[in-house]
Amino acid sequence: MSVQVENKAIKPPLTNIGVIGWIRHNLFNGYLNSLATILIFILLIQLVPQFVQWAFIDSVWFTSGKECHQVEGACWSVVTQNIRFNIFGYYPYEHQWRPLVAMIILVSMLIYSRDWKKWSRKLGYTWLVALFSMGVLMKGGLFGLVSVESTKWSGLPLTLLLSFFGILASYPLGVVLALGRQSRLPIIKAFCVVYIELIRGVPLITLLFMSSVMFPLFLPEGVTIDKVLRAQTAIILFTAAYIAEVVRGGLQALDKGQYEAAESLGLTYWQKMRLIILPQALKIVIPPTVGILISAFKDTSLVVIIALYDILNTTKSILNVPEWTGFSTEAYLFVAAIYYFCCYSMSRYSKKIEKELEYKADT
Amino acid sequence: MKTTQSAEEKPNGQPIIEIIEMHKWYDEFHVLKDINLQVQPQEKIVVCGPSGSGKSTMIRCINRLEEHQRGKIIVNGTELTRDLKNIEKVRAEVGMVFQHFNLFPHLTILDNLTLGPIWVRKMPKKEAEELAMHYLEIVRIPEQANKYPGQVSGGQQQRVAIARSLCMKPKIMLFDEPTSALDPEMIKEVLDVMVDLAKEGMTMIVVTHEMGFAKTVADRVIFMDFGEIVEENEPNAFFDNPQHERTQLFLSQIL
Ligand SMILES: Nc1ncnc2c1ncn2[C@@H]1O[C@H](COP(=O)(O)OP(=O)(O)OP(=O)(O)O)[C@@H](O)[C@H]1O
Ligand SMILES: [Mg+2]
Repeated sequence: MSVQVENKAIKPPLTNIGVIGWIRHNLFNGYLNSLATILIFILLIQLVPQFVQWAFIDSVWFTSGKECHQVEGACWSVVTQNIRFNIFGYYPYEHQWRPLVAMIILVSMLIYSRDWKKWSRKLGYTWLVALFSMGVLMKGGLFGLVSVESTKWSGLPLTLLLSFFGILASYPLGVVLALGRQSRLPIIKAFCVVYIELIRGVPLITLLFMSSVMFPLFLPEGVTIDKVLRAQTAIILFTAAYIAEVVRGGLQALDKGQYEAAESLGLTYWQKMRLIILPQALKIVIPPTVGILISAFKDTSLVVIIALYDILNTTKSILNVPEWTGFSTEAYLFVAAIYYFCCYSMSRYSKKIEKELEYKADT
Repeated sequence: MKTTQSAEEKPNGQPIIEIIEMHKWYDEFHVLKDINLQVQPQEKIVVCGPSGSGKSTMIRCINRLEEHQRGKIIVNGTELTRDLKNIEKVRAEVGMVFQHFNLFPHLTILDNLTLGPIWVRKMPKKEAEELAMHYLEIVRIPEQANKYPGQVSGGQQQRVAIARSLCMKPKIMLFDEPTSALDPEMIKEVLDVMVDLAKEGMTMIVVTHEMGFAKTVADRVIFMDFGEIVEENEPNAFFDNPQHERTQLFLSQIL
């Protein structure tokens, strides 16, 4: 027993802990903060009850458009009555269970794979099977499913499709472009630089236009390439250029000693990149990368410009029907909620990865 | 055993490193001028000289972290040329220890050590781990195996870095000021490991200003200034009786 020092625990003063302490510390520490707190509080008192009144108390949920015009509150009927068209668009009505199942598969696979410690060869094969079945479900023509042209694909499935493959393909492509830009081989380097600068020099809309209007002109007669595929390619090429620049930042931020230590062990270029450089560089740039992927997700809505009906465009179509015009707030709030849910999940997921990859203080 | 002046008088023939009339430029800047150096297997060479004299650049040319523009460098029988396809093969036989350790911070100490054996030597993981533990014991920190580099002290990190190189079972070890980023109380623990290594018969080129180390371990001491090898001698003669004015000046400053 070596108790020499008497260890009397002294409690912190009451004003520093508990609810009062928290409020003091976070809301009223200083004049400016106190003022801001009060102003925001007043604003909330004004707005929140009004919103609740509009959105929940005075609102109607399952009425026709005509009845909606008689009520003060929100007309959520615009969402509920059109939900199937809003979500599935022009996909044949009686087959809409197919994209639904496809989306459920996609989301479950994503949720299941979110823990990267579970990643394995087996999971890879499961993904292949899942992707194949999603493809079959969407496209049909196999196993007695009626074939559905991809021009009919629309709504949420189209948004998810464009973003999922957009993100999936543009990330590795961007990494390769970033490596290429660092390459010592002049031709590869020049190609990557020109590619990145060209793509970053034009807006996505231009690329989408080119893919849908100009590109077919160059194809030999009789050859057509699926419009969705072309839009998809444009999104991938566009996003990859931005990813490449962010990754390049990560590569440059890394200490030169890491490259040298890897080289002096006798690792080949690819081993060095895969085992030492990229794991560190990509980790550094997780926040900006996720930023780009989130914008890519939202930018899929620009396919409206080439007459593809993603979920934003189906919403617009609904609002064009005379019965429902005037309820755009409600309809767009619904779409916004879907977008928010997806983007917020991505953002949360990236935080989680960042945390898991955290290693103890640098050398 | 120890010979004065040049290595050519050594009995055992084939040098393991041969640098012949080597020059290097950084753009216009002539950083290495007419370097000639032969290193016999098991020889220990200490390189010293003022800051900016080209010591690091010279030893970095030996595993081609830097390219030379004129002359020849032959390492372990392979000439280092521009169109050398398998520089990795040469590097695998040449361990390098850096001033700032350059451990891989995202890997545990054990993984730092097994990386080379697994990926370059194609060793099974289990065997590589046994090897790694063996060398961690040699550098006297087996208990730190599962920590990350950032969690141990500088002296321990440098010993890990030495062990990491040793796991490749290199024929040559290069040290670039391995103790100059360390607090004084940690220098000894690193030097002790290096002395052990020297006793085991490793071929070593060490850039250092630790003159005690040079006296106990070195077969030859090389003094560089302004990109040239100014003087080269066995340690006692070098320290007690330096020939060149520049050497004398340098020694008077550091001793
Ligand atoms: N990448 C580079 N580009 C241009 N000049 C360089 C480069 N690296 C080093 N130098 C210059 O070459 C000279 C030799 O550098 P080197 O690092 O070899 O010196 P050193 O003897 O190791 O010095 P120190 O004791 O400070 O480590 C210095 O003048 C340095 O400024
Ligand atoms: Mg140096």
